Amino acid sequence: MITHKHDIIIVGAGIAGLAAAFEAAQAGHDVAVISKVFPTRSHSIAAQGGTAAALGNMEPDSWEWHFYDTVKGSDFLGDQDAQALFCQEAIDTAYFLEHIGVPFSRTEDGRILQRCFGGHYSKFGQGPPVRRACLAADRIGQVMLHTLFGQCLRYKVNFYNEFIVTHLLIHDEGCCGVMAWELVGGETHIFHARLTLLATGGYARLFKVSTNSAINTGDGMGMVLRAGLPLEDMEFVQFHPTGLYPWGFLISEGVRGEGGYLINADGERFMKRYAPAKMELAPRDVVCRAIQSEIKAGRGIEGKPCVHLDITHLSEKTIKERLPQIREMAIKFAGIDPKKRPIPVAPTAHYSMGGIPVNVDCEVLADGKKTVMPGLFAAGECACVSIHGANRLGTNSTMECAVFGRRAGKHMAKLAKRTSFLPLPERQIKAGCEEIKALLNHPARTSVAEIRESLQESMTRNCGILREKRQLEQQLDFLRTLKRAYQKIGLKGLPSSYNLALQEAIELKHMLNLGEAIVRGALARTESRGAHCRTDFPKRDDKNWLKHTLIFMKEREYRLDYKPVIITKFQPEERRF
Amino acid sequence: MEKRFFIQRFFPGKDKRPYWQEYVLHCDSTWVVLDALEAIRSKQDPSLAYRRVCRHGICGSCAMNINGLNRLACETRLADLPSKIRIKPLPGFPVIRDLVVDLTQVYQNIEAIKPYLITKTPPPAKERLQSPLERKKLDGLYECIFCGACTSACPTFWASKHFLGPTALLQACRFVMDSRDEAKQERKKFLKQHPSLWQCHAILNCVEACPKGLNPFEAIVLLRKSLLKP
Ligand SMILES: Cc1cc2nc3c(=O)[nH]c(=O)nc-3n(C[C@H](O)[C@H](O)[C@H](O)COP(=O)(O)OP(=O)(O)OC[C@H]3O[C@@H](n4cnc5c(N)ncnc54)[C@H](O)[C@@H]3O)c2cc1C
Ligand code: FES
Repeated sequence: MITHKHDIIIVGAGIAGLAAAFEAAQAGHDVAVISKVFPTRSHSIAAQGGTAAALGNMEPDSWEWHFYDTVKGSDFLGDQDAQALFCQEAIDTAYFLEHIGVPFSRTEDGRILQRCFGGHYSKFGQGPPVRRACLAADRIGQVMLHTLFGQCLRYKVNFYNEFIVTHLLIHDEGCCGVMAWELVGGETHIFHARLTLLATGGYARLFKVSTNSAINTGDGMGMVLRAGLPLEDMEFVQFHPTGLYPWGFLISEGVRGEGGYLINADGERFMKRYAPAKMELAPRDVVCRAIQSEIKAGRGIEGKPCVHLDITHLSEKTIKERLPQIREMAIKFAGIDPKKRPIPVAPTAHYSMGGIPVNVDCEVLADGKKTVMPGLFAAGECACVSIHGANRLGTNSTMECAVFGRRAGKHMAKLAKRTSFLPLPERQIKAGCEEIKALLNHPARTSVAEIRESLQESMTRNCGILREKRQLEQQLDFLRTLKRAYQKIGLKGLPSSYNLALQEAIELKHMLNLGEAIVRGALARTESRGAHCRTDFPKRDDKNWLKHTLIFMKEREYRLDYKPVIITKFQPEERRF
Repeated sequence: MEKRFFIQRFFPGKDKRPYWQEYVLHCDSTWVVLDALEAIRSKQDPSLAYRRVCRHGICGSCAMNINGLNRLACETRLADLPSKIRIKPLPGFPVIRDLVVDLTQVYQNIEAIKPYLITKTPPPAKERLQSPLERKKLDGLYECIFCGACTSACPTFWASKHFLGPTALLQACRFVMDSRDEAKQERKKFLKQHPSLWQCHAILNCVEACPKGLNPFEAIVLLRKSLLKP
């Protein structure tokens, strides 16, 4: 066992983790970033369409309009203090990103080019769509991630790549670091820190068809849950309306932003029946349910569970310049040139709205409400501030990662000087080592892959886009069965170096725990709001449910709690599109 | 359809030398090579080691040598391959295990060219201006995903420890070409002193190997030209 000591440890090298690392390292701190993959392989690389900021480069825009859209998009479940701050800081953060080198696409007069994205309008939702998504062709994630990574190298951030963090090290006085398994070397390392940030990304891999990378298994949230700390609003999982059928790879909303149509088997632009005003650019949850309903009504293309996304009317130039990656993906995987033929698409699991409850300085809340857990922070998709509430607006999440990643980095830089190293919890470390040893030494009586596939398949069926009581209860039972099967996992005889099976076993443990948190939250919430759609409770119920879910796990028992939503400016109103 | 996979296995320190292992697999016609590897690992052999993250050709994790060519496993359709498929790790790098190679050299070389924008004048209140034409100069350069396929295919890289390799040189070009960068003289000085730019013999394997259709050789030529200009 090897021990490392750093002032600040950041788990995760996506946009959130690297934005934090950059700020803390620039302030002169000793920063280490731990990631289970080389930083530029992180899932942030996949973001395509753009990143939100009311720059007004194309037509007038204001952060207050962005604020209204974010509140409405969240179906009024977001915390408005955080949302207002986010929309204001997004503007300076976009300029910051430009200044450190992000190669944004440009307007004729040399400013950052912006495009339309679903849910972003002018004049508090009353005016026409506004171009607010800052873009770099269709590679916003790649340019943000690469730029931040380069700058982190410049400021000498220490990188521990291909280390999978397995446990948080926590006492009552606070968090003092993490335990990790080095994939290549095949051994445990202890990371001792003054301050620890989790920036471990989302959990959309819990579902069978997903836009997410293979590694998006919600590890950070899983570790928090196991440490007895709460998670917030886990039942809100965003499905993206347009995944390339049948793979589920993302076809960015940018395609609809550029003017793409959704067409059913009858050749009809069916969104006119669901969102007559906003059509294809209505928020994701609305478009998703529309597609799902068309498929259910038998209007899927050639009887398959998919519809068409048509951009054949766009010019070859627009497609090649603005949507090159989408074009390449359609050609490479589906053998379809989108200029000539429409692209088959279907909803796909995409984004985790829920996560680790934090305040606007990214401090983790031990009770989910006000009490800060000393030494522990979270930012990015794994955190819940909550900007996205019940439904995230496209392009808000890369910006959330940048805004709150930077806030976390700056705040930790301030605190690091006055925080001392807490002693390492020897007993926890020993228990953690035992757990890994047991996995490695047990003979295999069931396979990780089998349990994972059953989990993903059942979550999609019973706790996907449309939910109801009976199926959710069935899923709870089934999860119990899967957890029992997990006890029979063993990895005896596998090589110690690059043991993918061990990584997957660790991930699966978190996935099972998170699955139960999602289902319990969904079962309790007897209303439909944003991405959470209960067919047995189809209406939003502000009287009883305008509140955040908190869920705790203690010795396998789950407990639900709730907290009020912070409303500062916009009172809940009906969402009409 | 049934496919036969011959995969090179090797655990340095445990195995004396690399060996081929055969797997026979029933595959779906929509599958890519990565789907087959995942199926082998989950159904037949959990000990097989390879890298994969995004599954759709954007993270650069899964570059490997498939039937003699360096490619991304997640973008190579089985339907386009013969029934016998030979898979090796990327050549030219130390093997960690099976299809996983040590890319440290590539990463260090990228770091050596300072892969970040350097500016000296204080930034304006808003964005730095860059015309669409100036921005266009970065196209074909900024898209690199650091998969290592090009560097692995380069005989000059195999032969010379000091050669930065096409991945890093493409990055160097990306920053020299950026109208906003204010360290061009230092960058050029570094490249002038470094033997790399003149070591490239235009073998062009890199161009063929790049799964993203980029042209590292053109970047090297651009860099050479930029050194001739004051
Ligand atoms: C296909 C796609 C397109 C998208 N397009 C857009 C878009 O256009 N605009 C937008 O705003 N958003 C978009 N999003 C959403 C956005 O990309 C993500 O929400 C965001 O990038 C998440 O960043 P992150 O930094 O929180 O986490 P990630 O980028 O997911 O990074 C997580 C990091 O944590 C590390 N990690 C996780 N677990 C462990 C562990 N146990 N041990 C060690 N390390 C660990 C990983 O290695 C990784 O480095 C898109 C998402 C997808 C899937
Ligand atoms: S898995 Fe990301 S490029 Fe293949």
